Order: sequence, then structure tokens, then C-alpha cells
Amino acid sequence: MDLYVLGQQIVNGLVLGSTYGLIAVGYTMVYGIIGMINFAHGEVYMVSAYLTAIGLAVLAYFGISSPWLLISLTMVFAILFTSLLGITIERLAYRPLRKANRLAPLISAIGVSLILQNYVQLSQGAKNQGVPTLIEGVFRMGSEDHFFQITYMQMLIVVVALIAMGLLNFVVQKTALGRACRATQQDRQMAQILGIDTDKVIALVFGIGAALAAVAGVLITLNYGSFDFFVGFVTGIKAFTAAVLGGIGSLPGAMLGGILLGLAESLFSGFVNSDYKDVFAFALLVGILIFRPSGLLGKPSVEKV
Amino acid sequence: MSTLLDLNSVSLQFGGIIALNRVSLSVEEGSITAIIGPNGAGKTTLFNCITGFYRAQDGQILLSTKHKPLDLVQLLGGKFRLFDAPWSNIKKVFYGFFGGTHLVARAGIARTFQNIRLFSEMTVVENLLVAQHRHLNRNVLAGFLNLPGYRKAEAKALECAFFWLDIIGLSDLANQPAAALSYGNQRRLEIARAMCTEPRLICLDEPAAGLNPNETDQLSLLVKRLRDEFKVTVLVIEHDMSLVMSISDHIVVLNYGEVIAKGSPKEVQANPKVLAAYLGSDED
Repeated sequence: MDLYVLGQQIVNGLVLGSTYGLIAVGYTMVYGIIGMINFAHGEVYMVSAYLTAIGLAVLAYFGISSPWLLISLTMVFAILFTSLLGITIERLAYRPLRKANRLAPLISAIGVSLILQNYVQLSQGAKNQGVPTLIEGVFRMGSEDHFFQITYMQMLIVVVALIAMGLLNFVVQKTALGRACRATQQDRQMAQILGIDTDKVIALVFGIGAALAAVAGVLITLNYGSFDFFVGFVTGIKAFTAAVLGGIGSLPGAMLGGILLGLAESLFSGFVNSDYKDVFAFALLVGILIFRPSGLLGKPSVEKV
Repeated sequence: MSTLLDLNSVSLQFGGIIALNRVSLSVEEGSITAIIGPNGAGKTTLFNCITGFYRAQDGQILLSTKHKPLDLVQLLGGKFRLFDAPWSNIKKVFYGFFGGTHLVARAGIARTFQNIRLFSEMTVVENLLVAQHRHLNRNVLAGFLNLPGYRKAEAKALECAFFWLDIIGLSDLANQPAAALSYGNQRRLEIARAMCTEPRLICLDEPAAGLNPNETDQLSLLVKRLRDEFKVTVLVIEHDMSLVMSISDHIVVLNYGEVIAKGSPKEVQANPKVLAAYLGSDED
């Protein structure tokens, strides 16, 4: 086995996996708090990719050229806009169905997903869009034609993803707001009785999930440079797989699941066959659902008596 | 003494079953009022209406405030009906959007449950902190940046939590998960959690269920202390008659969703309707 190739695939896997993890957090938090799978979450990520391009264009128009300033301002813009989108989706498409049976919000989510895809396709065009590379440079080991490399952009992705997840963990575990989230997750009615506005908490969870998807969206878009209106689907389903792998409803599970799935996928495409990497990822999903439905860190669901 | 809570012919039906039939009662401020009645009499349903769990279909539940009494039923919003007075419809729509059970809690009503409903995956002290949510600085950014104002509020909440832990004698177990507590401790923690919302009225749903005689004695002391020391009005559902008779100032008896008697413990004990409801009457 070639160590350079192995190292390279592990790096690629970590990069891919940390973005899956960021998106998976959105699935897992929403599932945890209202028990639904938000299938429009992948589309939220897709919108953030377009927002990256729009943000960069607007900033360039104002003559800003420092890459760090561009990235951070675009990030802020995408996060604000996307979390607003997440909250709006919850308000319009899911909250009216809060008391309906579990299938109704699921269908509604698929509807939102289709609407967003088609709206973006109509308004932005169906062809591939691209953004320029902002951060050049690469860290390289080995000889001229036989090497292992990490681009600075990849490093940035992993670092930002880790920071974002660390912050999220801090907010959920240590702040009053996080306590309210956990309380709502465990017993929504009881949380209401204690005076917590659970509708607000749920909206906030959608906002946070969308914000993390935006972080991933900006980073991935800057890394790969191209995207279209359909990128949300496959990435969304992959992130969902990651959430299930880690144990849906569990935050550390989403992060772990994301990284494991990224690694598995990139090792598979490096050593077996890159055409079948998606097949492998989804075969993994089927396998988990059969053999360990509660995921790696998830708790088996116990019916409350 | 003034009236804290006034129920005015409150009714609720589930399909064909009349769970509450024009229930009227009033709770004096600073009293311990017990609601008793056979199983299925509608006691817990009444609690659910008072605490905003269910929306009463008819009648008013008035909580006295500094200004004019607040109708708790309205806080939950309601169905828009074209021919209602415009003002009441506007109110309904407003509370439909922004209202909900949490407003009842914020108005000063807290409750505990017959089947314990602690946040079992949180620690004991977190259970008490979460109850103070509405008093805390809830700004996300403030928590993020750990601003002085936020830290001060947290410190105050923690102090209040430990104050109550001390009262119920669980200070040593503060960082245990709530699920690890014994049954009796869980019951007391639930009362402490309800008290942390700083209520004016606390509704206890069968607080003595499943407790041994010793724990029941402790409980009755705690409930009396809530009234005497913390000036909270207590509304309690209980089946343990010796407990009810020893702590209550006032008793309301429900049967088949209707109030059949109210008064002091002595009056209620002597009331033939009550005896009939509990033991069956000769005429049946």
C-alpha cells in the first residue's frame, strides 16, 4: 500500500468529513428537538453556495480584495441569510404541521426542497456556477511526481469546522440557551410549563442548523470552486447518512459520523473505485440501519412508560 | 385575604365525555387548597386547564394581577370565528401567534406531575437552572461571549438553585443526573423546580403518590413551608386523606367533572354528598 496515497486519502476524507459533520448537525438537532427529518436541509446548504458567489461578487464590487476579509464577510453574510431562511422554512412549512402526524412534515420538507431547487434553477440558471480560488498555496511532502499534499484551503476547512463544532458544543452544554434546547428536546410540554417559549427554541435550532450548513457551504464552495442548483441533494443525503451513522439526535454523533463517512468514502474511492463511492456511502447507510439502527453514539429508543 | 385564582364555570369535553362541567371555584391567596374526588373525577383535567395544558372550551380562569385579572384561557389563543366581536378575534389571532402554555407559566403558575417529569438526562442542578430560564439573560451572543451581565445572571440562578437544593436536602447530589435520584427525592426535586420559576400559585398533582409515611410527613412540612415561608399559594390534588385534612385550609370535591362540595376540611368531611361519592350512597 502506498503511504502517500493513504495519507492523501485520509486528509481528503477528513476535509470531506468535517463538512459532512457540519451539515449533519442540522439534521441531528432538528430530529432531536421535534423528531422530524428536515429533508430541505441539503437545499439550505445549496442556497448558501449561491450566497457565497453573490457575497463575493458584491464585495468585489466594493473593491475589497483581501482574501481573509472576503472570506469572513462572505461567511457572515451567508450565515445571516441562511439562518433566516432556515427559520422561515420552519415557520411556514413545519410549524403549522406540528400537531399533524409524522408523515406530513416529511412531505412538506420534500416540497420545500423541490421549491428551493427549482427557484434557484429558475433565478440563477441551470448551468454550473463558479467562484475564483481565494486562498492559494499548498503544503506538500514527497518528490515531484509522488507526493502528499494539503492545500491551505483544506486546512482552513478543518480548522473552521472544528471551531464551529466546538462553539456549538459550548452553547448547547454551557449556556442558558443550550439548557433550554436540551429541556425542549427531552420534554417539550414540561419546558413550556416552566415558562420556556419552545416555539422560539425550535426556531433557533433551525437557525443554528442552517448557520452551520452555511459555514459548510461557504467552505466547500471556496474549495471546489463550482456548484449548481442540484448540489444540495447528494450532499444533504450524505450528511443525513453521517447523522444516522453517528446516531441521530446526538451532537457528537453527527460530528463523528461525518468524519467517519468522509474517511470511508475517500478511502474507498482511493483504493477501490471512485465511481462507486456514493454507492458505498449509501450501502453503509443501509448496513447501519439494519445492524445498528440507533447509530454509533445514539441511544436505543426506549418507550417511556 | 384576596382571591388569587377564580374559575368561572369552566367546561371541557372530550368528544362525548364531559370532563369538566361548569366548574367554579376560587383559591384564596396564601392558602393551601386541596382538590379531591374519586378517580376520573376530572381533577387532573382541571389542573391541565389551569396550567394551560388544555384550553378550556368555555368559561374563564382569572388570575388576579396588580392590574385587572388575567384570563388564562385567552393566553392560549383560539379558533378564529367570524362572528365574534372584532376585538376578541384580534386577541385570539395575536395569542395564536405569540401565545401558548409558556405565558401561563410566566403569569406565575407552576405545576408538578402525577408521573414525575424531570429532565432525566440533565443533572439535578440543571433541572433547577432551566426553570429559571425566563429570568435569565437569554441573548445568544451574551452567552457566547460570556458577558458580565450574563455571568451575573447565571451566578444568581445558581445561587437560587442551591438555595432550593438546600431546602429539599439534595445539595450533595447537585451534579448527579436527575434520573439517578430516588423516587422520593425526584418528587421533591420536582417541587423545587416548580418553585424556581418563582410562581405565585403552585399546583401539585398527587405529590404524595408512592411515598412512604416518613416521606409523606416530610412532604407535608415542605408544602406548609411553601405557604408560610415563601408566601406561595398551593393547589394540591391528593388521595391521601390524612395528608389532605392536615394541610388544607380549603377543600374542593369534584365528582364526574362537577364540584359537589367545597369548604373547610371539617365541613367537607361532614358533607353527605362527599360520603356518597366516595362510598356510594344508600339510595343508589
